[in-house]
Amino acid sequence: MEDPVVPSKDTSESALRCRGLVKRYGEVVAVAGLDLEVRRGECFGMLGPNGAGKTTTVEIFEGLREPDAGEVDVLGDRWRGDGLALRRRLGIQLQETKFPDKLRVREVLSLFRSFYPRGLDIADSLALVGLEEKADAQVRTLSGGQKQRLSLASALIGDPELLFLDEPTTGLDPQSRRQTWEIVEGLKARGRTVLLTTHYMEEAARLCDRVAIIDHGKAIALGTPRELVASLGAEHVVEFTINEEASAALSAEVLAALPSVEGVAREGGRWRLTVREVHRAVPALLAALAERGATPTELATHHASLEDVFMALTGRRLRDG
Amino acid sequence: MADRPAPRPRSAFTELTLARLRELIREPEAVFWVFIFPILLAAILGLAFRSRPPQALPVAVVAGPQGDARLAALSARPELAPRLLGEAEARQQLARGRVVLVVSADEPPVYAYDPTQPESQSARLAADAALQRAAGRKDVFTPGQAELTEPGTRYVDFLVPGLLGMNLMGTGMWGIGFSLVVARQGNLLKRLVASPARRSYILGAQLISRLIFLVPEAGALLLFAWLVLGVPVRGSLLLLIAVSVLGALAFCGLGLLTAARPRTIEGASGIMNLVMVPMWIFSGIFFSTERFPAAMQPFVQALPLTALNDALRAVMLEGAGLAALLPELALLAAWGAVSFVVALKVFRWQ
Repeated sequence: MEDPVVPSKDTSESALRCRGLVKRYGEVVAVAGLDLEVRRGECFGMLGPNGAGKTTTVEIFEGLREPDAGEVDVLGDRWRGDGLALRRRLGIQLQETKFPDKLRVREVLSLFRSFYPRGLDIADSLALVGLEEKADAQVRTLSGGQKQRLSLASALIGDPELLFLDEPTTGLDPQSRRQTWEIVEGLKARGRTVLLTTHYMEEAARLCDRVAIIDHGKAIALGTPRELVASLGAEHVVEFTINEEASAALSAEVLAALPSVEGVAREGGRWRLTVREVHRAVPALLAALAERGATPTELATHHASLEDVFMALTGRRLRDG
Repeated sequence: MADRPAPRPRSAFTELTLARLRELIREPEAVFWVFIFPILLAAILGLAFRSRPPQALPVAVVAGPQGDARLAALSARPELAPRLLGEAEARQQLARGRVVLVVSADEPPVYAYDPTQPESQSARLAADAALQRAAGRKDVFTPGQAELTEPGTRYVDFLVPGLLGMNLMGTGMWGIGFSLVVARQGNLLKRLVASPARRSYILGAQLISRLIFLVPEAGALLLFAWLVLGVPVRGSLLLLIAVSVLGALAFCGLGLLTAARPRTIEGASGIMNLVMVPMWIFSGIFFSTERFPAAMQPFVQALPLTALNDALRAVMLEGAGLAALLPELALLAAWGAVSFVVALKVFRWQ
């Protein structure tokens, strides 16, 4: 018997929790034993490449798919029956929704507003996503970014306790992406709980209080963006390219022994060093290369990011898998 | 505009229905196919197959000793238009179809005509009767005549109920099926299911908006047929409405069934055509189902559109009452009920 949970008295810290979640499609395991917890009031990110199982996981949370194994608690409740009572407390943005072309923006929102016993005014929800001027425009006249903001408004209209955003900026131009980020930051400032999935590390780093890095249906790392980057042991990345011959003559041990270098990775003639201090590592590196008669054709440094964390963990890049 | 008071939120069912109606009336193509097309078709076909006043049949009398007398005798008959011609020319005109009968100069005359042509046959009978009478034959009695050209027996009267049935099928199936498949393809159905909207409302709103649309749709065609073409409604108007509503619902059920699974419009179009094309051909829209051989009749009579067309014709043209329509109505109801139940069982929500 579960604890008797009354939603209004639900003071548990977690807005969402899953344990041992498994979902298979035939032979393919989309979700392979996932444990996650989203705390109230936080923006939680699931960061991972396409096909990592993020959307499947979120759709299980949203009650749109049945898991093969595992448990899910959403706002202290379980999915059963039509789940209408639970749905009234959630805001859901699917990866892509095509609203009817001939409906006006205001009409779409008033349709979705009618599903909730309480929620925002149409005008307020329009203001929230900056679509006031498009209120009377038909959906077909909206740009991709405006359609995405309409979809966001439809998810916010019921004033949800927990908001799901599945890849909210995929396919958007940079300006629309920044607008969406500002909207989500506004929601965070108002203490909303948000679960978002993304394969953009900048998005996760900017918006999320905590991030789970997802790969092959599992969480392979979890923490604040700062903690995750710090786990690399160094704040900077130095990348350089030399020809294959010179590469063969170079060993990882030599590079690892250079001052301030914490980690070494290689892809053919392309090397990546994680370093604590660029000003100490780079002169030593150039000297070591010159000693072996190798001249780098390319040399770049950047602050370590979640992308570097993902590469350190999987050896692959986020974007092209 | 901006500071008008926020309207009180409408119920979810009303909003879902409104959304569907707005989509429909903002689609100019839909308005054309649903309202204008059937009226246009009724007008054009009604014009093409209109009843003409009987025309006099062209007949040639070959010039000879009896020529003038025979010409006079034939001229007295209103259904004949005789001309006096030379032998060769008369033959030539017959061969070309300019005249349908040639009365020779012989005594007694020889009738040259084509017995496979109904007009030729009629001309022969009329000409023979006129010449016999002129030669002194007495009619034994004079029959009375009842001429049937009143509304209700013309082709256009047969056509209009068929067009109404065809329209009820088309809009029911496309109206429901198309919009559901578009919504599924664009993830809208999934988005609605993810929100706290009842599934019964989502589908129910489709049916209700369809029935609301039925009023102007059937109304426009019937009004045009009644006012412009003079097509009668002999039976009860209420019964005609009831038959139309039942027919619309039955085809909504079929539309729901065909749209229950397909993920794409292309897939759905194929199934729609598979279901509708046989009914366009076999269900007696443009011509009577009697024309199909007896072996095919069980199939033809089992089609829902055949039942609907028969019921509509019976009410409009024969003034049939409810009792006479029960077999057709039962068949329609069965088609509708079975489709609904199966559709809801196999419906794909995402």
